[in-house]
Amino acid sequence: MSTLLEVSGVSVTFDGFRAINNLSFQIGPAEMRAIIGPNGAGKTTFMDIVTGKTRPDEGRVLWGEKSQSLTRMSEAKIAQAGIGRKFQRPTVFEDQSVFDNLAMALRKPRGPLAVLWYRPARADAERVHELAAEIGLSDQLSRKSGELSHGQKQWLEIGMLLAQEPRLLLVDEPAAGMTHEEREHTTALLVEAAKTRAVVVVEHDMEFVRRLNCKVTVLHEGAVLAEGSLDHVTANQQVIDVYLGR
Amino acid sequence: MRTSYFVRNPSVVIFLAVLLLFTLGVTALSDGAGNGAISTSFIKTLGKTLCLCLIAVAMDLIWGYTGILSLGHFAFFGLGGYMVGMWLMYERTRDIVITSLANAPIPPTEQEVVDAIGTQIFGVVGSSEFPLVWAFADSLVLQLALVVLVPGLLALVFGWLAFRSRVTGVYLSILTQAMTLALALYLFQNDSGLRGNNGLSGLQNLPGVSAPQSVVSLWFFWASALALGLGYMLASWVVSGKFGSVIRGIRDDEARVRFLGYPVEAFKLFVFVLTAVLAGIAGALYYPQAGIINPAEVAPIASIYLAVWVAIGGRGRLYGAVIGAAFVSLISTWFTGGQVPSVNLLGYRVDWVEWWQVILGLSFVLVTLFAPKGIGGLVDLVTGRLAPNRHGADYGPDQGALMEEEGRK
Repeated sequence: MSTLLEVSGVSVTFDGFRAINNLSFQIGPAEMRAIIGPNGAGKTTFMDIVTGKTRPDEGRVLWGEKSQSLTRMSEAKIAQAGIGRKFQRPTVFEDQSVFDNLAMALRKPRGPLAVLWYRPARADAERVHELAAEIGLSDQLSRKSGELSHGQKQWLEIGMLLAQEPRLLLVDEPAAGMTHEEREHTTALLVEAAKTRAVVVVEHDMEFVRRLNCKVTVLHEGAVLAEGSLDHVTANQQVIDVYLGR
Repeated sequence: MRTSYFVRNPSVVIFLAVLLLFTLGVTALSDGAGNGAISTSFIKTLGKTLCLCLIAVAMDLIWGYTGILSLGHFAFFGLGGYMVGMWLMYERTRDIVITSLANAPIPPTEQEVVDAIGTQIFGVVGSSEFPLVWAFADSLVLQLALVVLVPGLLALVFGWLAFRSRVTGVYLSILTQAMTLALALYLFQNDSGLRGNNGLSGLQNLPGVSAPQSVVSLWFFWASALALGLGYMLASWVVSGKFGSVIRGIRDDEARVRFLGYPVEAFKLFVFVLTAVLAGIAGALYYPQAGIINPAEVAPIASIYLAVWVAIGGRGRLYGAVIGAAFVSLISTWFTGGQVPSVNLLGYRVDWVEWWQVILGLSFVLVTLFAPKGIGGLVDLVTGRLAPNRHGADYGPDQGALMEEEGRK
């Protein structure tokens, strides 16, 4: 199987604290992966490194068929290359309508001049309506996104990710603070997305991870502790000691 | 269903209509073309106010929409003024020199004329040589190009360095203050080539024009109104579409915009340079009406006043900035003009010339605390009456029940 993202031997230190310690990780082009681990295991730092927010001290982060190195690219360039990120806290532009939020995320030229001269084509509006239907916000398009419920904001943000048409989705705790039905909808969205692209989900909730039904990577102290099916890793004595046992 | 730009932005139409009516009304009452009810000096005050409104629109674009609190835009305003002032002063002095040398027994050579102009202009700073920055002062076209180019280039270099290093928030505000202070201190020097603290003067006289000031003041008034109208349309066009969406996104959550793939720094730089150019044009129209420009004009406090106007008028909406600049600067002129009678308050004499500053400061604090939408927020009260805003959380069990906004009334 070819790899879409290859992280190898990456380390990063903050003020003497090793947040990521010789971490290696791979994911294929159409694969779902869950990352679990206790607090401080380096899950968010891992995402920061892949999306260009944090520069690793050493190691390589290679992307795509051409094995492009991501460590020297800006956040915006990495996003344009096809990596989308969803934050733990839903971050949508609350002052703007659901439609505008989705329209802004559509995969279009991103330079200031291109954006200035951009006028919405009919196809773009249709694509926004399509996405809204997918995330279940069709009748909310004209509302300000700040007025949406917590769960709806999470979906809107997932919708914005899908609008970017990324090849890799990094999703940080999508189910946090959601009701039972909302979780099911979120699971369905992610599973659907993973059919055509790579999806990495960072999650604390074991039940949610089980529902995703995918390969699991366990992080601990900035390194991979175990990898495999959920049943496989939960049977691992080390994993039980550092994480599940507590 | 493509609706016209003006239908989608009714506030632009209303604004342009009000501006047009105002311009025609003032013209009809002016000394130069009407019944003379408004004095020439007040026409100049109104024209200058329109220029201040234009730089307020620029400030709203950079602060209200993009979220960058620049406290240095008066540097660009002043530079625009200096650029046009150099040509005005050079050409006018040339006229004077040629007239005075006309009676000389031998006609002066070109070099003698230039030397005489230099002596006239730089005598006050003990020099007679033209510095390098005056190289194009004899060409109106080039100096007008510099009105746009000099502020634009300064903004480009400054913005590129600041935004690339990800300087944001209050640190950027401090940097912009430092920029305008450094410019003011540089211009204060006699050997800066721009006559030190004397500045450039006599700018109200247009070279080669014999029309009286009452007429010239109207020309500048019209030009200022035209510039404000065009600048307003440009700004509202910039913020109306997806570009507006992106810069408001940058204001609210910069990191998120970056992860959407937008080069945030390039957007900030674009807006910074655009607003600097608008400020330069506003300054180039302002100072010929003021008649004089000196380095005190680009002192840090000027740019802080600009932020106060926009805050009081209401940032994040262009007409708010215009209302704030017009309202505060006109009241300011009134209070500091010494015309307002002093008030005796329990034996203490309140002189408005001094106390006006206190009132302005207090109202800035009060507006920030209690009416963050500023004067422009009053418009919401009216439009809210006409068409209640039904966007809001449902109060009742069903859609169509009272919404948050309505219930509060």
